[in-house]
Amino acid sequence: MEHIISLTIENKFGALSRVAGLFSGRGFNIESLSVAPTLDPSISMMTIVTSGEERIIEQILKQLNKLIDVIKVIDISESEYVERETALIKVHTRPEDRAEALRIADIFRANVVDSSPMSYTIEVTGDIRKVQAIIYLLQPLGIKELVRTGRVAIGREPTRTASTQSRPLAKVN
Amino acid sequence: MQLTGAEIFLESLKREGVKTIFALPGGVVLKIFDVLHQQKDIEVILTRHEQGAGFMAVGSAKATGKAGVALITSGPGMTNVITALADAYMDSVPIVVFSGQVPTALIGNDAFQEADNIGLSRPCTKYNFLVKDVNDLAATIKEAFYIATTGRPGPVLVDIPKDVSMDKAEFTYPDSVAIRGYSPTYDGSRWKIKQAAEAIAKSKRPILYVGGGVVFSGASKELLELAEMTQIPVDMTLMALGGFPGNHPLSLGMLGMHGTYVANMAMHYSDLVIAVGARFDDRVTGKVSEFCPQAKIIHIDIDPTSIRKNVHVDIPIVGDCKRVLQELNTILRATVNGNQREFRKPWWDQLHNWQTEHPLHYEQDPDGQIKPQYLIERLYKLTEGRDPIVSTDVGQHQMWTAQFFKLAHPRSWLTSGGLGTMGFGFPAAMGAQAAHRNRLVLCIAGDGSFQMNTQELVTAVVAKLPVKVFVINNRFHGMVRQWQDLFYEGRYASSYLEQYPDFVKLADAYGAAGVRIEKVSDVDTGIQEALAIDGPVVIDVPVYQYENCYPMIPAGGSNHEMLLHDPPDLKKPTSTGKKKTQQGKDPILTA
Repeated sequence: MEHIISLTIENKFGALSRVAGLFSGRGFNIESLSVAPTLDPSISMMTIVTSGEERIIEQILKQLNKLIDVIKVIDISESEYVERETALIKVHTRPEDRAEALRIADIFRANVVDSSPMSYTIEVTGDIRKVQAIIYLLQPLGIKELVRTGRVAIGREPTRTASTQSRPLAKVN
Repeated sequence: MQLTGAEIFLESLKREGVKTIFALPGGVVLKIFDVLHQQKDIEVILTRHEQGAGFMAVGSAKATGKAGVALITSGPGMTNVITALADAYMDSVPIVVFSGQVPTALIGNDAFQEADNIGLSRPCTKYNFLVKDVNDLAATIKEAFYIATTGRPGPVLVDIPKDVSMDKAEFTYPDSVAIRGYSPTYDGSRWKIKQAAEAIAKSKRPILYVGGGVVFSGASKELLELAEMTQIPVDMTLMALGGFPGNHPLSLGMLGMHGTYVANMAMHYSDLVIAVGARFDDRVTGKVSEFCPQAKIIHIDIDPTSIRKNVHVDIPIVGDCKRVLQELNTILRATVNGNQREFRKPWWDQLHNWQTEHPLHYEQDPDGQIKPQYLIERLYKLTEGRDPIVSTDVGQHQMWTAQFFKLAHPRSWLTSGGLGTMGFGFPAAMGAQAAHRNRLVLCIAGDGSFQMNTQELVTAVVAKLPVKVFVINNRFHGMVRQWQDLFYEGRYASSYLEQYPDFVKLADAYGAAGVRIEKVSDVDTGIQEALAIDGPVVIDVPVYQYENCYPMIPAGGSNHEMLLHDPPDLKKPTSTGKKKTQQGKDPILTA
């Protein structure tokens, strides 16, 4: 089963290779990995999409926790979350296809970020199904290049317990 | 006060209480060696190979519980020490290795003797550091020792570029360490410990399966109390030997592939396995699907990744073995009643049956060639009162030593368990001897293994480390030959060593003493003669070549299915049978 793991990790050289090395050394899967610094420049957030049976996922989480550069590990797919991925898709467009390409982009609320006589570069952001769907529809026109950021995810704030969550606001009154 | 990086290195090590460094110089670490040369607080033992330096650090750490330290140069120095790092990582040994690195400006330029030390050591260290600024050096060394010795111990590498050792900085040594991604759990969950105590009280056929964690955490006393209070038998892993007294009536000896019959049967038929600081290695579990089929499993370990890695665990307790056992003992003391011996009698009757049914055994013909087991057993008996530190290499002799040398105290056993590194025994013994100058240190080696680090004989002579090396000489890679006997129809592919050196002359050439024991009747006197020599001694013991180590659970087999002796169709000469012709020529192979 697919799991999305969110790592809080020291932003220093070698940290990424420790995580990557753990996965390769122990034969765990990485489907995607994305990493960037947080508000605190000494810390990065990493989102790893992996898959495996429960026993393997338990090991992955424990092994990640054991890494000294890893500050916090959360299996974000254990509860409600929002995930997004951005793809840049360079589509080959013959004159007769150019309108179709724009129509598809429009349906997915994607943006054209570069245009040439024979191509459009389309930027799309969404969950994995949306990104896969637009790629599927653009494929018949001819995709020249495709780059994807990998997925990032963040936990949803609980909605039902809004009263306890808004306590700081209550104090203002 | 401003100090150079090299001086900061020295001052930091002094603050860590380091007494000895095992080292081999090279271009980029010369500044550090220069500083070490001008002081007397830390002894520098010059080894002849960086692997030797690494293993000596391991031996010192295993014998003392404090971090062992090695200092080596960049490039080949680093690649040579990798084996020792990997060994220490598998066996959780706290060592700190300092490697030289090319100047920071040259890193990545393929400079002379450059290697990516951090990249090379990443998969075989607990952590590693590249120090890019001399201002970070002292704090990094503090962190390195802290990480190596806390939690589940392990090796740490500190890579010091040449310019960092020469630059100057203000020296202040931090008092404490705070690493936000690292805080080992020492206290086990009380609730889980209570559950464990209840399971122990209810169990009819419990077994304590104890590993190296008992030794590292210093939990021997607590383990002894637990076992005696509850009358639970104790199985030890290879790494745990000495952690529980080997000749205690509650000890069933070692378990696993070459463990005793009773130890393995006890695991298989138990209803409760209490694993303490052990990691359910494949050499212990055998076939995982048939491992302890009737047992509930309690697993106490400081490393959460060890729990449920290989087998399902019913009561996991993450924590330091010593603290968890203390807590467990406190609960049991209040709840366990006095008649545990009576309560456990049926289980012990069964265990005693297994013990007498198939004890460890071998046959020594007084007129035949020396059997390896006999030599080891005699060595054990003759040194029993002297509380020796015993080191081994890897192979048959290692297993026989584990079976027959019943160690009484923790930290007196040095062996390469996880990685199974030949060449480990001799330098490890030297490291232990350097830390315990007045103790008797024995190395039981194979002729194959000993030749993997023979060059350190000169180190032993120069550094006055009077290690006694018994070479169990069967002219074979014995364990390989045993597998070839059992699983490859006796085709001895590359296991026969043909031309072996004359170990007595070899010792002599290095300036050490050499003794040879050839006859059964000379074993006792030969051992005593060797032990009486003041200085390193190599004792060459040509033994019966075809002895196989039993019991044996074939790889992937189940724990209750042990081979107890050679299969009847195995053809091989007896210890008194065919005579050898020339040195290195055995009739069975030359015929």
